[in-house]
Amino acid sequence: MNKYPLWKYLLVLVVALFGIIYALPNLYPDDPALQVTAKKAGAETAPDVLERAVAALEKSGISVKRSELLPGSALIRFNNVDDQINAKDVVQSAVSDDYVVAMNLAPNTPDWLVSLGAGPVKLGLDLRGGVHFLMEVDMAKATENKLKNDLNNIRDGLREEKVRYKQASKEGDQLRLSFTTEERVSQARSLLQKEFRDYLIQEEQADNVTTLLLTLSEQAVKEIKDYAVSQNLTSLRNRVNELGVAEPVVQRQGADRIVIQLPGIQDTAEAKRIIGRAANLEFRMVDWENDPLSVSRAPVGSEFLPMRSTGQGVLLKKDVIVTGDRVVGASTGYDENGRPQVNIELDSVGGKRMFRTTNKHVKDSMAVVFIELEPEKRTVVVDGKEVEKVFTKETREVINVATIQSALGNSFRITGLDSPAEAKELALLLRAGALAAPMYFVEERTVGPSLGQQNIEAGLMSLVTGFALVLLFMVGYYKLFGLIANVALVLNLLLLVAFMSIIPGATLSLPGMAGIVLTVGMAVDANVLIFARIREEMANGITPHAAINAGYDRAFLTILDANITTLLVGLVLFAFGSGPVKGFAVTLSIGILTSMFTAIVGTRAIVNLIYGGRALQKLSI
Amino acid sequence: MTKTSSYNFMAPRKFLGALSILLVIGSLVSIAINFLELGLDFTGGTQIEVEYETAAQLEPIREVLKNSAYSDASVQHFGRPEEVLVRVPPIEGEDKDKVGQQVLAQLRAQDPGVKLKRVEFVGPQVGEELRDKSGIALLIALGLMLIYVTLRFRFKFAVGAVVALFHDVIITLGFFSVSRLTFDLTALAAILAVIGYSLNDTIVVFDRVRENFRTDRGGTPVEIINNSLNQTLSRTLMTSFTTLLVLIALAFLGGELIYAFAVALIVGIVVGTYSSIYVASNLLLVQNISRDDFLEQEKVLDDMP
Repeated sequence: MNKYPLWKYLLVLVVALFGIIYALPNLYPDDPALQVTAKKAGAETAPDVLERAVAALEKSGISVKRSELLPGSALIRFNNVDDQINAKDVVQSAVSDDYVVAMNLAPNTPDWLVSLGAGPVKLGLDLRGGVHFLMEVDMAKATENKLKNDLNNIRDGLREEKVRYKQASKEGDQLRLSFTTEERVSQARSLLQKEFRDYLIQEEQADNVTTLLLTLSEQAVKEIKDYAVSQNLTSLRNRVNELGVAEPVVQRQGADRIVIQLPGIQDTAEAKRIIGRAANLEFRMVDWENDPLSVSRAPVGSEFLPMRSTGQGVLLKKDVIVTGDRVVGASTGYDENGRPQVNIELDSVGGKRMFRTTNKHVKDSMAVVFIELEPEKRTVVVDGKEVEKVFTKETREVINVATIQSALGNSFRITGLDSPAEAKELALLLRAGALAAPMYFVEERTVGPSLGQQNIEAGLMSLVTGFALVLLFMVGYYKLFGLIANVALVLNLLLLVAFMSIIPGATLSLPGMAGIVLTVGMAVDANVLIFARIREEMANGITPHAAINAGYDRAFLTILDANITTLLVGLVLFAFGSGPVKGFAVTLSIGILTSMFTAIVGTRAIVNLIYGGRALQKLSI
Repeated sequence: MTKTSSYNFMAPRKFLGALSILLVIGSLVSIAINFLELGLDFTGGTQIEVEYETAAQLEPIREVLKNSAYSDASVQHFGRPEEVLVRVPPIEGEDKDKVGQQVLAQLRAQDPGVKLKRVEFVGPQVGEELRDKSGIALLIALGLMLIYVTLRFRFKFAVGAVVALFHDVIITLGFFSVSRLTFDLTALAAILAVIGYSLNDTIVVFDRVRENFRTDRGGTPVEIINNSLNQTLSRTLMTSFTTLLVLIALAFLGGELIYAFAVALIVGIVVGTYSSIYVASNLLLVQNISRDDFLEQEKVLDDMP
């Protein structure tokens, strides 16, 4: 009577073991740490840099827990968050500006647990400190840029095909092209149909002038938006990597927004500057007619721009062959001689222009110019009053000069680079350089590390206290059965933590901790339902064994009904909530599922082990 | 072994039903007049939480900000006397995302020992969206509950359960309106959790009511419901009690950020427990529930797991 088959006991045992093993890493909390990474992409952090940093820390009296060299970076661990914060400036000044010093949490999980794929729960920004940005892509600007760009190209195209137009202009979100003869109209139409398929064309007649009205098709608008967001996403990812943040999150959210999460970042001003940086690229010819050394001033049509690496002036033609918007791909590779190169891919318009120019200039040199746009506040005097105004500051730097070996088309390569690291950086800048559309910040949440620590402590404190109260109360009220329910409750907590630890992407936030606390309170419900039923059945005069059976059986449907409703709420919260609320939804939902198992199967296994097969007069309930 | 209690729950049902109606109307009036003290999540704007080395005097801080571009900033203590929360309503213009940095700079100029704990900036548009989304989430949650209870029980039960849910949500919101507690995203999460919890409670009672209507052939509907409530009473109280235990721990130990969340749940659970009896079960009687309501359903239910 009341015996489980062996496999059920084993199942409970296996689940319990799973819970213990995968919850275990949380007993080894991450160390607050500083990560030192070389700014130049691909470079290693030398051992002497780490030594310098540690020496500087010793001098300023900050104790270091451990320091280690990792592939690509160095890691310095501290005993507490305060040390970590104080150490940041010390380390930064010790290792010079060539290195990025980022706050980080370094894992402490023992190797045997790591080999099982176990690790501690990822903490949300509200618990570990950091910044959360939500950025919106300026879509109006993106379509406007496209219209402006296309208008230029259409003019070029018409000129090339020798189709004379009376007027070509942009008005609102339309392009207007007017012609005086029908023949030109049809020529223009065929050009548009061939090369500019993104537009819906309408015709208007007035005073012998035919005007073609071009409106972007819905499909095209959608593509522009998708392109703008995905391009910006790539750019932002690369920029965030530049910040040297450990485990950053850069994700698309909805149609036109991008979420950025940077754990451990304190200096939001710096982060915002780098993330919000608008930049572009230009491919230009190096002036082949003039020797830069023999001219004192840049000749007409040319200008001197500084080389990024050396600051030395390079004499460039002012005409731009192609801008960075035309780059659709850039990757690193090696040439026949094993030297690093960057492979660049242009779109079709860019490819044509590149061919036209380079065809005439084989053996001359071409330069890649990096343009940085930064908003800058300046005080200007307007009507006798000093007013702050925002200007856009433009910085142009040459990042690379290379000889044109043969006429270039859609895809070509840049060689003559110093190192693989330089190639990687150039490719990164080419890919990441351009934002397809401007972006602005619509949401920012910064949590200081001390508040994070405080939140963890408060969350743990309330969890432990609430848990202890519930455990005491259950034993007091249900005696042995209360104890059994408590075992199930502990197992439930272990399982919940274990699942939170292994589900990829699950993070624990403060509301998530509240969810766990709430789950603890509610998880006893199932057992209360069962035990109340058992008591009731016994009061009706049934034998203890039959009462146990009836209690579990009859309470089951009720438990299921009650939990499904809470689960539904969890789903709604998950679907509609953002950030922290999602965290609450996740812990609540997982908690409900695990509690169903532990409260029904788990307690039954224990009850059966204790009472199964014995003759009973009464139950300790 | 405890004996099942035998309270006549349904005796004061008319009085308590009227009380519930009054509470709901009172809550609605308060929400209509006072609104809710909406948090940053819903209003947009910027808030900055800072910590001073010693207990902070609010007046000098207000003075500093009054003379800056942020004259309409509100300054208050947050949790402890050393901690101060500055809220700046949404502003227009280029710099709206830099308010946090600038306010912090002003506070630091006054007292270099200021430590930044938290900055939150929410654009006005995002706030509006979160507001809309939250309303939709609430309605969807309620709608799902209505569908679920209709499927598992009878429509009369669904009416009782969902009216009870509205009752709980409105009174909890009314509590927020009267107490001027800040209503933010986590408080909303709490309200949704209240929906789940309250329904959970109602379903346990309804389950028993349905069972008793089928097995108990003698009693009047009032007697059957009274019996069911008495049979589930110990469970109802136990679960509410354990949940309240952890929530009280959360409210007092969980810190300022989680306080509103815990309080919303405490209120919601107390109201939700009460409403299972005097709103949900009461409404079954109002709708003249009788044994006939279960005759055809029994066949259908037998096929169910």
